[in-house]
Amino acid sequence: MFCEKATELVRELHRAPEGQLPAFNEDGLRQVLEEMKALYEQNQSDVNEAKSGGRSDLIPTIKFRHCSLLRNRRCTVAYLYDRLLRIRALRWEYGSILPNALRFHMSAEEMEWFNNYKKSLATYMRSLGGREGLDITQDMKPPKSLYIEVRCLKDYGEFEVDDGTSVLLKKNSQHFLPRWKCEQLIRQGVLEHILS
Amino acid sequence: MENALQSIGSFLPVRFLVSEKMTEEPDFLGQDSDGGSEEVVLTPAELIERLEQAWMNEKFAPELLESKPEIVECVMEQLEHMEENVRRAKREDLKVSIHQMEMERIRYVLSSYLRCRLMKIEKFFPHVLEKEKTRRDGEPSSLSPEELAFTREFMANTETYLKNVALKHMPPNLQKVDLFRAVPKPDLDSYVFLRVRERQENILVEPDTDEQGDYVIDLEKGSQHLIRYKTIAPLVASGAVQLI
Repeated sequence: MFCEKATELVRELHRAPEGQLPAFNEDGLRQVLEEMKALYEQNQSDVNEAKSGGRSDLIPTIKFRHCSLLRNRRCTVAYLYDRLLRIRALRWEYGSILPNALRFHMSAEEMEWFNNYKKSLATYMRSLGGREGLDITQDMKPPKSLYIEVRCLKDYGEFEVDDGTSVLLKKNSQHFLPRWKCEQLIRQGVLEHILS
Repeated sequence: MENALQSIGSFLPVRFLVSEKMTEEPDFLGQDSDGGSEEVVLTPAELIERLEQAWMNEKFAPELLESKPEIVECVMEQLEHMEENVRRAKREDLKVSIHQMEMERIRYVLSSYLRCRLMKIEKFFPHVLEKEKTRRDGEPSSLSPEELAFTREFMANTETYLKNVALKHMPPNLQKVDLFRAVPKPDLDSYVFLRVRERQENILVEPDTDEQGDYVIDLEKGSQHLIRYKTIAPLVASGAVQLI
């Protein structure tokens, strides 16, 4: 049946939970585009036959193929657009630099889209207010307290705090640090907020 | 909070540039003879209140609301000012900590407000751009110039991507996708909670079902309602109601 591959693409994304980005199904996309090409060529020849040969009985078939073409296109665009939305969410979740595992799941064009999006967002954020702008990817939750207890999950190295003192973030060490400095590291999984 | 903001150093009352549209508020203004832009002096507390109102409205409204660049600019200025003061103050822990907390809270509200706007812009980008294109001169814009640039870049980026990855490989008669039709519009019929700040009379309400006719209601000051957004959209813009 037509459009099966396209539906499969959509179903693949539907199955992936929110926030997860499965690998780019290059093969699947190629198959859908090939099917579309074949359908179109069949339609072209049938349209010519119908016009010149007067075979109006071909018209329902032509219409049916056209519907399949439209459906294929809709599924394809939906697949690609949904992936873009997931990639966009990654910028807000992980920051500018994506973990390697995720990068392998993206196609080269998706990477380009991501870089353009990052640039756009950065330009916008820098334009806020008078001086250096405002990083609105920080402060995602209402602040409960100034300082928080964190435990280090991975070796990170030296980390500088406001008044110039630096802290050595070694695995399993615990620190009492300003909340806003830790937010990014918590999101990246380097630090863990200890709720006592 | 007003005391906290004013106790550290000298707090600048905020000079707020008010556009012609806002000249309905009688408390602040001395009437200018030519009715042009007025400068209104707001205390920092009032500024933060306006920020919070804009923030809540933006959160609960289904569509992108009017942009408030003055509020954003003034709040950023205040934050910078506070930061300066904190840096200069001695390390008397308690006062400094309280101000830092206040700064973090304000920064959170401002960031959340701007994030909410960006999310709506990205969600409805073709419609946002269309609305801006068909806006008449003198009508307030829903986009600041920077947001407009961002939206245009987002649209171009997405269109180019779709074209290069899929559309240009498709049959010639299918290569154009009208994003304006493909991307869903904001649902203006969704219901919102609101509190009335200024008494309104004779609001025409269109009912859901065909059996009921149109009817007219009055909104009393201080009352709270659950109503379709479309009915009261202009009241949100004018500040007569507050979404909650």
